[in-house]
Amino acid sequence: MSTQRGDLFADIDLGREKLINRLFHGLLVAASLFGLVILVLLIADVIWESYQGLTTFNIDPVQFLTEPSSSRAERAGFGASIVASLWLMALTAVLAFAIAVGCAIYLVEYAPETRTTRLIEANLANLAGVPSIVYGLLVLALIVNDAGLGSVILAGAIALALLIVPIIIVASIEAIRAVPSSVRDGSYAMGATTWQTVRQVVLPQAMPGILTGTILALARAIGETAPLIMVGTMLHATRYPSGPLSSFSAMPTQIYNWTYQADRMFNGLAALGIVVLLVFLVVMYALAGYLRKKYETEGSITNV
Amino acid sequence: MSTEPQSGSGISGDDSLEDAHEKNKRVRRVLFGCATVTVVTTVAIFLVLFDNAASYFFGARISEMIAGGGIERTVTFTEFFTGTRWAPDHSTPAHGVLPIVWGTLAITIGAGLVSIPIGTATALYLSEYANTETRNKLKPLLEVLAGIPTIVYGYFAVSFLTPVVVGGIASNIINPTGAWLESVSFLAPFVIEPVAEWMMGVRVGRYSLLAGILVVGTMTIPMVSSISEDAMQAVPDDLRNGAYALGATKYQVSLRIVLPAAVSGIFASYILALSRAIGETMAVTLAAGFNANLTANPFDEIMTMTAYLVSMARGTSAVGTVEYQSLFAVGLLLFLMTLSMNLLNDRMKRRFQEEYR
Repeated sequence: MSTQRGDLFADIDLGREKLINRLFHGLLVAASLFGLVILVLLIADVIWESYQGLTTFNIDPVQFLTEPSSSRAERAGFGASIVASLWLMALTAVLAFAIAVGCAIYLVEYAPETRTTRLIEANLANLAGVPSIVYGLLVLALIVNDAGLGSVILAGAIALALLIVPIIIVASIEAIRAVPSSVRDGSYAMGATTWQTVRQVVLPQAMPGILTGTILALARAIGETAPLIMVGTMLHATRYPSGPLSSFSAMPTQIYNWTYQADRMFNGLAALGIVVLLVFLVVMYALAGYLRKKYETEGSITNV
Repeated sequence: MSTEPQSGSGISGDDSLEDAHEKNKRVRRVLFGCATVTVVTTVAIFLVLFDNAASYFFGARISEMIAGGGIERTVTFTEFFTGTRWAPDHSTPAHGVLPIVWGTLAITIGAGLVSIPIGTATALYLSEYANTETRNKLKPLLEVLAGIPTIVYGYFAVSFLTPVVVGGIASNIINPTGAWLESVSFLAPFVIEPVAEWMMGVRVGRYSLLAGILVVGTMTIPMVSSISEDAMQAVPDDLRNGAYALGATKYQVSLRIVLPAAVSGIFASYILALSRAIGETMAVTLAAGFNANLTANPFDEIMTMTAYLVSMARGTSAVGTVEYQSLFAVGLLLFLMTLSMNLLNDRMKRRFQEEYR
């Protein structure tokens, strides 16, 4: 082969170039695997520590899932925190969903091309980049202290809702834009108003996408710790929350307080708490994936 | 974007048509109200942070000043921005914010050194080298990395990274190297001796800067890799094919065609990752600790701005105390830092979109 290359390529060592290419390929593979290795280590660590908690410290799974927490590791459970997180999710969804979807509908279907619209859109990108702890500070000053609500579940839910509103808006805008404009034009041609078109034509088609985005946003919110800590949580969730106005410690904040303790048994409790939190996340992601898949297949049928 | 249909005078002249248009207008107003909520949030963040931070510097909130409250300098800006000790809650308080700003910067720079090369390499692999099957498997797994709550990373740092990895590096690599250097220190006593001394003295406590860097670096890899990959995918295939036609290898195409062509999108991903690292809270708090040290020693405990916020919130710092006020001064600084990063990112993205439209 090399004899056929002739003098033109005499100064190029093809073998060397190929070797460099192969080394580079190997380097990239190694870098790509780094993230996966950490992921595997992380999951293995949590499982191992949970196992330690169950065997070495004899944590009773039933007691763990049903009892409220305690300053004594032997009596601590996760039940009150799970309930607090469920309250938080429900309130956050109620607070965030309507506002976010309303904003998305306005931006896609109603908004004129004005400065105000551009300001709202630019502001969305900015809000999505605000550190979550800042939302906690905002609610701490405005709701918890100035409005005198105190460190209650509702205050935590307001912080989480502020955090996920931009996320739901972005997902909803995408879902609404994905509805073909021919469908809209058909509705308008029949003399429908914008709102009639939105409610009866656009929203039914966009809803699965909006719901998927909302579930993913809630999955983000359920693991958020920092805003809740700023709002103020109990060190140990020693009693079940009675409603939106009771003090609380949600799953992530309880895990934080357990992790922070020096006692090894608390570390086992934290690991088990993480397992529960991750189970919640997996269920939510699965639900979102199911909705997306169902929506995709249905969409393809209508397109055919 | 929208096409508001202009209603005619009403062909059928029935009332329901006018009702429908009336309703449409009402709904429009409500939806506009929803949209303004997002702007109100931003304004509220600004106002609340400035208002409360003012009481840290002037002894009164802006709202109180307007109401006629007295102004007294409590913390001077000079002390705040140039002081090198941060302990607002100490019995002899000090209000120099530098140590915790340094803590945040050290974590951010360190995390960038981890996530930027690894994230870029991952993006190059996914975009240029991996076949479709590998790509479809690897991408969702990397997204899992981004979906794990930060508190879980914090736990991972406490229970594994710090004791096993950082502790292992200290006691199996640094300390023995120090001992070896000590044994050869006669070669150049004044140079090697202090280094050897330091290396032998390295101990890892419950928290360390290095653990914080590792954990935040890992968390931000998916951000760099996914956005960079999008930018690389947007590079037109014509450019690649041109290079391949000239006999270039994938290595040459990756580094000389794809990277330069996608550079503004890639930079945008870096800025986003760094901005996330600045605002990162739980993982950094549990990995790097609560001690406001002005140190570059990766095995020392440090405190970031976010860790300070968490440490103060955990206590029952009452409204009106200096600790409570300091939360907002630090929060404001943090917000302004991430805001400027986000604006920069926005600019980069817009430039990138203009290049290949």
